[in-house]
This record gives sequence, structure tokens and C-alpha cells, in this order.
Amino acid sequence: MATTRTPDAGDILDVELAGIDALDVPIAPASTRGRRLWSATWPKVAATGLFFFVWQTLVWLKLKPAYALPAPATVIHRFFTDITKGNLLDATATTLHRAGMGFGVAVLIGSVIGIAVARSRILRAAIGSMITGLQTMPTIAWFPLTILYFGLTEKAILVVVVLGAAPSIANGIISGVDHIPPLQLRAGRVLGARGLSFYRHVVIPASLPGFVAGLKQGWAFAWRSLMAGELLVVIAAKPSLGVQLEFNRQANDYPSLMATMLMILIVGIVVDALFFGRLEHAIRNRWGLIDTAA
Amino acid sequence: MTNTISTEITEVTKLVEKAVNISEVSKVYGPAGAHTFALDRISLDVDKGEFVCLVGASGCGKTTLLNLIAGLDRAGGGEISVEGRPALLFQDAGLFPWLTAEKNVDLALRLRKVPKAQRSKRVAELLHTVRLDGFGDRRPHELSGGMRQRVALARALAQETQVLLMDEPFGALDAITRDLLHDEIERVWTEAGITVLFVTHNVREAVRLGDRVLVLSSRPGRVVAEFPVDIARPRRLESPEVAAVASEVTERLRKEVRRHGPSGSDGAAFGGAQSRAGDI
Repeated sequence: MATTRTPDAGDILDVELAGIDALDVPIAPASTRGRRLWSATWPKVAATGLFFFVWQTLVWLKLKPAYALPAPATVIHRFFTDITKGNLLDATATTLHRAGMGFGVAVLIGSVIGIAVARSRILRAAIGSMITGLQTMPTIAWFPLTILYFGLTEKAILVVVVLGAAPSIANGIISGVDHIPPLQLRAGRVLGARGLSFYRHVVIPASLPGFVAGLKQGWAFAWRSLMAGELLVVIAAKPSLGVQLEFNRQANDYPSLMATMLMILIVGIVVDALFFGRLEHAIRNRWGLIDTAA
Repeated sequence: MTNTISTEITEVTKLVEKAVNISEVSKVYGPAGAHTFALDRISLDVDKGEFVCLVGASGCGKTTLLNLIAGLDRAGGGEISVEGRPALLFQDAGLFPWLTAEKNVDLALRLRKVPKAQRSKRVAELLHTVRLDGFGDRRPHELSGGMRQRVALARALAQETQVLLMDEPFGALDAITRDLLHDEIERVWTEAGITVLFVTHNVREAVRLGDRVLVLSSRPGRVVAEFPVDIARPRRLESPEVAAVASEVTERLRKEVRRHGPSGSDGAAFGGAQSRAGDI
């Protein structure tokens, strides 16, 4: 095999390669930070404004008596009063603490089960569908049993929170692993990844998007199960959002009731925006799943 | 007595010099009793430092063969021996989307347990080999198709093996990029002294690149023809020499495709020659 390369040919190739590289690389449209912040914020403000407007309209239409359907202004005023003079903040802290604990335990248990099932064909055949069954089961159905075993205590609530969230997290991992493109697995094996290194360098990073989706869903279930729990297992001694709801209902204090509901909604939105939303966005960004041209 | 010993020694040395040796390998798909032979007692070998191209129509088991050589699959019969663990380039670059170009190449070194101190230097060298200096911190989705394949090539070279398998790596690229990458792979092959087994359905490409072009039959897959390519390098895809050899190979390939058509035989009814130079 005769190889006669003139000194120039290689340099010309270099220049040509540099040329197509310069032409081929996609140019992302520039968007300033201000523009992005504005486009993220104004729809939320508009939606909130629309919501309050519809609410106020319903109040004006007098569809329900004034005590049952207070005006937005009343509720918002009551919201701030309850924070500064009432124990809405304490209640929120307690509820969030329980949510964090329950979710944390759910992540641990869900992850272990998820990884085990994703790895073992036998385990998958044995309990794979049961996990999905547990996921769809209304967690409220667990309470009679947990109350029987643990009494009207915090433990009963936390057990149900874990039962609500763990299946979603496990399924998130299983789904994440199942949706890894086979090409990536093959590429990993060709590079010599085996056993533990295969999991560390290929399977776990590749299944991260599915895992995060599972975490997000698990949190939603955890939060919902917790609210149900706090309403059913009323631990009067400790202020919590569920207890607030119950007391407000018993006292017919509807402005305060709605203020509490507003707080529940706000917590849900904030946790999602600050944590899961950002996590999901970071992952999509890293994987190149965000279409900047859109 | 000494004669037989010396011939035996020469034969053993010849065997040792082969970078890839495939002997009577078969691979079967489908349920027992109704299986298809993807490969049927196929045999071929590649010398160290050779650039061999395999061409064939769909269903000829080219990809299956590469998977067997790479160790991704197990043969149903026969023997495969390869020098070292071969690197494999796919049609889709197969880069990990969560890693930058640098980190993708770096991973190959990490898996070989290369110490950290040496890795960054080696990664820079490899990126320079494929002329992607400065693009190391980009993620795969920020690179063009051709650039991704070059990163995949750098990653494969990071494995520092003798044998490089390529499965239609330029099939998804535009013609200009493909031409440049032909020059590029030729340069890398010459400089690194590696052995390349290149699979393609593009006959021109095969003749442009290979020292030898082997034609595979489809269903079952066997080597049915071999065409040595003695054209001096560097070659041009559109040169008359390449075109001449390519037309011979194409005719042989067409004959193979006709074999599966309605007439059943090698298309003698259509006036094609019964046998061609290079047939096995």
C-alpha cells in the first residue's frame, strides 16, 4: 500500500475540516437574561390575575352567601394576618418537616426497590406490576390499617406518605433504565465497561431523566397523601396545615380556611419551582433536549 | 524434516500476524426448526495494518459479524480470534449525551484505568488527532453529525487497540463531510498503524478506502468474492481507477441481489456473465 502524501495535502485537509466545523455548528439564538426572566414571569402574573378576577366575579354574582365565599381581598388579608398573628407559619413548618422526612424515606426505599427490579428479571416478573398497582392505589385506603397498627400518631401519617411516594420513585427508576437507548449500552460495553463500572458510568447517568420524573411524581403523591393524613389523623397538639383546615372548618372560619388552602398551593408551587422544576430543566439542558429555536 | 518444520513455523508466524481471524463462523436467528442463517460458516482474515472493506446488500449479516468480532454477541459455531479488544464505530456516533466531547473520550481512558494525571494530556492529543481542538467542552447535541463521528473516532482510538471495526460510520453524513472524513480516516489509519475492518453498502466508498474489498452474500452471509485494490494512495472517490474497480464490485453485488429475485438463479436470463474474476 503506497502512501504518498504531499506536505500540503494534510494542511489542506485541516483547513477544510476547520471550514465545515465553522459552518456546521448550530448557532443558538441569543436571549438576554432579562428577556428570559420576563417570558417566564408574565404568564404566571397574567394567570394569577385572571384567577383572582374570575373569583371576584363569582363573589359579585353572589352565587354563595358571603360567609361561604369570601372575596379575594378578604382571604389575602386574612392570609397575612394568620402569618403574622396566627400560627400559619408554624403549621407550614410542621407539615413541610413531615413531608421532607416522608419523601426522604420514600426516595431511599423506592430507589433500592427500583434498582433491584430493574436489574433482576425474576424480581421484575414477580413484583413489577404490583409496584404499578400500589402506585395507582389511593393512599387514603391505607389509613384504617395504619391507624390500627400505629394509632393516631405521626407514624401512621408517615407510613402512608412513604407508601404513596415510593412506588412512583421505583417506577421512575425502572422506566429510566428501560428507556436507555440500546446504542448507548452497546457503546459502553464496547468501551470495556463491566459490572459496577457499567452501572456507574452508563446505566445510572443514562437513567437519570426517568429517575427525576419519578421523583417529581413521588413528591406530588407524598404531598397529597400528607394532606389526607393530616386531615384524618388529627394531632391537635401540633399545628399543621391539615389541622388548620380541620379547625377552620369546625369553627366555620372560611376566610382562614381559604388562606390555609392558599398556603398549601403556594408551598406546592414553590417546591416545584425551586427544586423539581430546576432539576428537570438542568437535566433537559444537559441532554440537549431544549429546543432553543422554539 | 527441516523443510516441514520451517513450513510449520512460517504458517504459525502467518497466523500470529493476522489481526482478525474468523473461521467457519455461523450465527442463527429465529426459533428452532424455522431459523435463518445470518452467517453460515463464514471465514475471513485480516492482516495487521490492513484496511479491509466488507460490502453487501441488506441482510448479509455485516453488522452481526462486527458484533461477533467485538464480543457483543456470541457465535453459534466456529472460531473468532482478534488481537486485543476491538474498538467499534457505529453509524450513529453513540456518544453519551450527558458528557462533553472531552469527557466522552476521557471515559474510554478511565475504563482502562489510566491515571488521572495522564488522562487530560491524552484526551487533548486525541482531540487534536481528529482536529477538534477547542470543541472539547461541547456536548454532543452542540456538535454536527460529522463532528460527533470524529469524537467517536477519538474515543475509539483512546482504547489503544490494534483493531478498529467500523459499521457504516459515514452513512448518515452529507457528501462533503463524508469525503473529508474519508481523508481523515485514511490519515489516522496510516499514522496509528491500526487494522481497520470497514463495513459499508457504498461500493465507491469501499474501493476508495480499502486494501481489499470483500463481497458478502445475503442470507446466509458468506464471503463470495474478493477484490484487491492496488490503486496508489491517496485516492479520490471520483477517479477513473476507483470507478473501474467499483463497477466490478457493484456488478458482483448486483448478481448477488438478483439471486434472491423471482428467477431464483443468478439472473442468467438477464444475460449476466456466469462467473467473474474475484469469485470464490
